[in-house]
Amino acid sequence: MSNLVILPILIPLLAGTILLFFPRQLHFQKWISVIALSLTTISSIVLVQTVFNNGIQTLELGGWKPPFGIVLVADMFSALLVLTGIVVSFTCILFAFKSIGEDREKHYFYAFAQFLITGVMGAFLTGDLFNLFVFFEVFLMASYALIVIGGTKIQLRETLKYVLINVISSALFVISVAYIYAVLGTLNMADLGARVAEYGQTPLLTVIAILFLVVFGLKGGIFPLYFWLPGAYKAPPYAVTALFGALLTKVGVYAIFRMFSVIFTHEPQITHQIIAVLAGITILIGAIGAVAYSDVKQIIIYNIVTAIGVIVFGVVIATEIGYAGAIYYLVHDMVIKGALFLLAGAMFTITGTNKIKEMGGLIKRHPLLGWMFFLAALALAGIPPLSGFVGKVLLTQAGLSEGHYWFVAVMLLSSLLVLYSVMKIFLNCFFREEVLTEKEEKGSIKGLVYPSVILIAISVFLGVGAEVVTPYIMQAAETLADPTAYIQAVLKE
Amino acid sequence: MEILMTIIAGILVASATYLILSKSILRIVLGTALLSHGAHLLLLTMGGLKTGAAPLLGQNADSYTDPLPQALILTAIVISFGVTAFFLVLAYRAYQELKTDDMDKLRGNENE
Repeated sequence: MSNLVILPILIPLLAGTILLFFPRQLHFQKWISVIALSLTTISSIVLVQTVFNNGIQTLELGGWKPPFGIVLVADMFSALLVLTGIVVSFTCILFAFKSIGEDREKHYFYAFAQFLITGVMGAFLTGDLFNLFVFFEVFLMASYALIVIGGTKIQLRETLKYVLINVISSALFVISVAYIYAVLGTLNMADLGARVAEYGQTPLLTVIAILFLVVFGLKGGIFPLYFWLPGAYKAPPYAVTALFGALLTKVGVYAIFRMFSVIFTHEPQITHQIIAVLAGITILIGAIGAVAYSDVKQIIIYNIVTAIGVIVFGVVIATEIGYAGAIYYLVHDMVIKGALFLLAGAMFTITGTNKIKEMGGLIKRHPLLGWMFFLAALALAGIPPLSGFVGKVLLTQAGLSEGHYWFVAVMLLSSLLVLYSVMKIFLNCFFREEVLTEKEEKGSIKGLVYPSVILIAISVFLGVGAEVVTPYIMQAAETLADPTAYIQAVLKE
Repeated sequence: MEILMTIIAGILVASATYLILSKSILRIVLGTALLSHGAHLLLLTMGGLKTGAAPLLGQNADSYTDPLPQALILTAIVISFGVTAFFLVLAYRAYQELKTDDMDKLRGNENE
């Protein structure tokens, strides 16, 4: 029992509720947001440290013992994601202070952002399948609002599709929950894992596993189900896209990891094989998309898809090193995607366009922005000593030792394509002759670069300080590779 | 009873699919409402149906209905109600702004 587990959910929820009452006091809104996010950051740092020292933390809500009551579980995997998630959201909100505009602020932007964080943190921390659904709905509801706030034509058009896709996937989620409850008679993830281990994974359960893969794949954006992602993420302003790109898809990935490492681990030749093929195609599709477009936002969006494929393959390798690589890459990707979107947002503020062709020579007047983008691009492609490198090394090592040669080939090839796609932005937008003179610039980026400087600093730390980070990652990977620890911690048998 | 419920859930999901595949936004919204109804009915049926007993576990009860699916459905109904309401408002706002409710005319366009 540890009340620490609920704090990352409770603080944003309270803050969001307070913000709802004062839509016009913008200074007050900003202060409350900063205070709430700082408190949440502190509590998640404490949470990570507590989990590191004392093992998996659980909180039985209302004192009902699992598997009957609702339980919140923080193992190292969820604690790390909570910490990364909150840090990235913090920087996105800081970016929004300067860039989102008074109109959106008055329409409850900060409140919805807090509710989005509530839902994401809840999804990371819950140990119960139906609760996972509820928290999914919480952050989806907030994301519907965030994506449409402002009400431009393209936003309305894309939100319609985004809402429709998510309503259908939520219905599928309920249906899968119904089936798994009918078969196993419980919804607690640890209990489900224990029961599947005891009674064996029947073909019916394998079908249900695939159904869950469809549901979470739709949220996460793996290969055939990523089609909604480029449109929906392109519509809102950059602060929102950064939040979405760093958090929302990763929740789907987190759920896939949880389901296929704790519950459905006994038929890997079917379920994990399917995931392997889909992950491989996802990487390729993402890389091809990133190379094909000449629109800054679209290129980074397709890089999300590539990263999802790389991370999800960690489930397929399913060894400790494989999981460690995937978790390292997941943490790195949340940080660096946030940074890239924020930097692209700053570029958009200067030029008023996303098209590479209409930009050029930005580095002359904005050297900090340029070099930060350069660092982010290198980190994204996995150049040492930045953060992407360690994850890719671990994944390559684990992939080779488990005989997934084609995956390693695809991943390394995709690294080149990813590097090409971001370097295309860097070379064309920052070098080349100048397109805009100083007077023609659309806006000032005063204060807009610093949030991404924080993220890039974290990325450098993740790469250079791998010694410090690795024990945490390895502990998370151990729990994933051997779910009995997770099951015992929750059920206390 | 289970068979009847399952068939009804199937009919609901089938009509929902038909409605969602049509062009008009309003039909699509109604389709999603029906889809969630079908899913809820399935959830109730899958929890196991018993007649003539309250979903309470008393001290001396010889039979009771499993309360968990009912709790789950209550939550799911509230959520789908909220989402449907939001979707309707969104559809109306989009109709005002975009002057059409035809999904074909709302396709992505690179030049926007």
